[in-house]
Amino acid sequence: MEKIVTRRFGQENSHHLANYLKDNGYAAARKAITQMTPAAVIDEVKKSNLRGLGGAGFPTGTKWSFIPQANPKPKYLVINGDEGEPGTFKDKYIFELDPHALLEGIIITCYAIGSHKAYIYIRGEYIKSLQRVQEAVDEAYKSGYLGKGIMGTAFDIDVVVHPGAGAYICGEETALLESLEGKKGFPRLKPPFPAVVGLFGCPTVINNVETIACVPPIINKGAEWFAKLGSEKNGGNRLFCVSGHVVKPGVYELPNGTTLREIIYDHAGGIPNGRKLKAVIPGGISAPILTPDQLDVKMDFDSLKAIGSMAGSGGIIVMDDTTDMVWAAMIAARFFAHESCGQCSPCREGSGWVYRNVKRLYHGQARQHDLNNLPGIVNNIGGNTICAFGDAVSMSVGSYVSKFRGEFEAKIKVGYAESNH
Amino acid sequence: MPNLTIDGKQVEVPAGTTIIQAADKLGIDIPRYCYHPALPVSGNCRICMVEVEKQPKLQIACYTPVADGMVVKTSSPKVLEVRKTVLEFLLVNHPVDCPVCDQAGECKLQDYYMEHGQYDSRLGDVKVKKEKKAFSIGPTVMLDQERCILCTRCVRFADTITKTSEFGVFNRGDHSQLDVYPGKQLDNSYSGNVVDICPVGALTDTDFRFKCRVWYLSQTKSVCPGCSMGCNITVEWDKMRPHQHKKARVMRLKPRHNPEVNDYWICDKGRYNYKFIDENRIQHPQLKDDIISWDQAIDTVSTAFKSLKDSNRTNRIGVIASAQLTNEDLFVIRKFFKETLKGAQVDFRVPEKPGDSDNLLIKADKNPNTAGAVQILQADAEVAGIAQKAKSGEIDVLYVFGHDLVKLFGKETVEQIAKKVKLFVYQGSNVNDTCSYAHLNLPSSVYAEKEGTFTNCQQKVQRIWPAFLPMAESKGDWEIISLLSAKLGAPLPYQHSQEIFKDIAASMASFSEMTYEKISDQGMILKA
Repeated sequence: MEKIVTRRFGQENSHHLANYLKDNGYAAARKAITQMTPAAVIDEVKKSNLRGLGGAGFPTGTKWSFIPQANPKPKYLVINGDEGEPGTFKDKYIFELDPHALLEGIIITCYAIGSHKAYIYIRGEYIKSLQRVQEAVDEAYKSGYLGKGIMGTAFDIDVVVHPGAGAYICGEETALLESLEGKKGFPRLKPPFPAVVGLFGCPTVINNVETIACVPPIINKGAEWFAKLGSEKNGGNRLFCVSGHVVKPGVYELPNGTTLREIIYDHAGGIPNGRKLKAVIPGGISAPILTPDQLDVKMDFDSLKAIGSMAGSGGIIVMDDTTDMVWAAMIAARFFAHESCGQCSPCREGSGWVYRNVKRLYHGQARQHDLNNLPGIVNNIGGNTICAFGDAVSMSVGSYVSKFRGEFEAKIKVGYAESNH
Repeated sequence: MPNLTIDGKQVEVPAGTTIIQAADKLGIDIPRYCYHPALPVSGNCRICMVEVEKQPKLQIACYTPVADGMVVKTSSPKVLEVRKTVLEFLLVNHPVDCPVCDQAGECKLQDYYMEHGQYDSRLGDVKVKKEKKAFSIGPTVMLDQERCILCTRCVRFADTITKTSEFGVFNRGDHSQLDVYPGKQLDNSYSGNVVDICPVGALTDTDFRFKCRVWYLSQTKSVCPGCSMGCNITVEWDKMRPHQHKKARVMRLKPRHNPEVNDYWICDKGRYNYKFIDENRIQHPQLKDDIISWDQAIDTVSTAFKSLKDSNRTNRIGVIASAQLTNEDLFVIRKFFKETLKGAQVDFRVPEKPGDSDNLLIKADKNPNTAGAVQILQADAEVAGIAQKAKSGEIDVLYVFGHDLVKLFGKETVEQIAKKVKLFVYQGSNVNDTCSYAHLNLPSSVYAEKEGTFTNCQQKVQRIWPAFLPMAESKGDWEIISLLSAKLGAPLPYQHSQEIFKDIAASMASFSEMTYEKISDQGMILKA
């Protein structure tokens, strides 16, 4: 199977410019700038069926085409490398092992959308990523791949590396923009969307690291080649981050549409110690949880949506039959309560309320009405908030209750019995 | 212009109007916490969500622009359910300490709960405890963080209206709390407005706190007398509880919306400038040390005037009128002193130092009716000259309206004046240093006891209404002059200030076609 993003990960010093150049590095950028029009680049990316790999799965080429070229303001490209979704750790490897692939993707994207400045927003805890990317940027400046008139062409581009400060919500694209502007990371009201009013009020494209790293191979090998790798409307491969109760946790680059069963059992080595699988989160903690009977789902955006979950950021969290699902729900709820930005009322007050409710259930201190109320409370958050965080609380915590209600009921009975002593 | 339907009613509004603005135009009240028409939209409270046909999700009315053919439902079952839901969320960590909360009675949490909530409580949890309860954040405002629903109206007010940015929301999630920035105090000229816009009991007025439950208050429309801006206000008063606050009637002043004058705001100086209404008032007519009746007082003054009039020496009458008086007062003063007592020297322009001012509302001229006084009084003498003449014995009767001459000219000058003139009349509402030098003190009513009009610095004529009767024996300024005029054989045909205003409108071109009804509560600009 052909690797794209991870193809150079095994090499020694794969992050050095010299090694990247040996592997035909920056050829795609040169090709785009010297042989293609910006519109042709966008067209190629559209045809490749590349979709936003941060989690939303929005067609990348289409997103780029939303930039209003008649707008006299500067255009910006922002790379979302906040990677805060629990269970997700793929961008980190790109930052550390192939930063020049990202930079080349940035050059091509900027050329396509008419931007001369890109910001790479990197999760603050990723110290090594920050170092590696900054080194790569410095190298690229020194060798004329960034800066004025790059590679002897007339194209100028500047790249700024910006560390985040640790808030999960800053991975939400408009909160990220606020954060970049030096403000508190609060998601913005939409519309206007960033393509029209983005960073510093200017048209802005925000893309995930992995998405942009896919761009140079598309330009090099063509849209058709890329589209064929994935499933029908979801071209290319995907980095799946497998964690939890598997024999070989890690990042796996596999074609979009590979089944969940294949990923867990064939690639990640199955469940250790001969235990049975109980539940899987397929796309980061925000994605509704799946049960063993759903393992044959194809891992692409549309197939997962069809069964009521989502592909999200590709973070697969596997839980075996020793897992207490009420405990798992509590961990998820605690995360959401901790990370809610607090801007709008349903999420601010609701996420904490949900956490306290599940916590009581877990500790056997809840009564039947607490459990009965939980799905309703959770539902009232989703759909009523400024950003998708509220939906995540709803869908994620809601799925534990609906799929493992029996375990929640049991907690009440145990707690009730114990408290009667 | 887009034409849309809200709850079955059609309305046409300019493009860019939001649903909540269009609904307001139709008189359809969509609940709101964070939305305020004078502040940028924040969209955080989520209680204004409405159903828009063809849109799968409910939309926030404060942010969603109208579109042609849009069909909006503001009270469909789905909308009502979400309102309940949002209210429930807002109460999750709210202390519900209404019995000890000063906002009770004018709290939007209470109001909307009565209208849309009324569910059985599911809130058995321990609430998130916040740091500050009943905490002073500046000289005029108290903060209670746990009552705060984080609508950020106050933050946006300080960011965009006063541009002083004292407020911030600190921390995140349900531990978010409103506060002033470290080392900062809420101490700008407009601090009190954050209490008005706070929809709950988080920000309360240090001056008003616990003075009076709001349901005891009566409201009277008025105009602030503090400067020439003439900000529209409401006098809020209570006469049912005279055993408290030393019988004070006025409990607080609130801004009254007038988009052309003060919008939704008033300055703090204006807001807290009400104590004089109930304190330090002149209660009775007083001749030297003796309290006398009004009859005796009118006799005293009219006798002095009559002898000067009869001997053609009305030029020995000096009158220092005031731009604190209403147009009606000034019109009667002009009629009396410049017609009946023709020759008397009348002016109102005392040599005051200009006060503080800014670009928002505060004007340097601290009188509410300078424009009116200029127009109506048509003064031809000068205050400085009148005072000089009084001091040098060229004036027999000096008649002063409300001014503190001691403050203006110094103690010695006033002492000399009191010695030189035969009758020194002080007509005013409150005791000041001049009173003790005046031979005769006549108690007049304050603006909150008067009906009339002021003309502000924009040449806008605005009405004031009497909240209650004049205190003790005090009378309206024009009414006192009317009594004098009648006594001198020139009775004026006025029973009510409206009749005076009719005469003003009939005799002065700039006021022509104005009536009290037309001026109403938003004012009318003088004709050029």
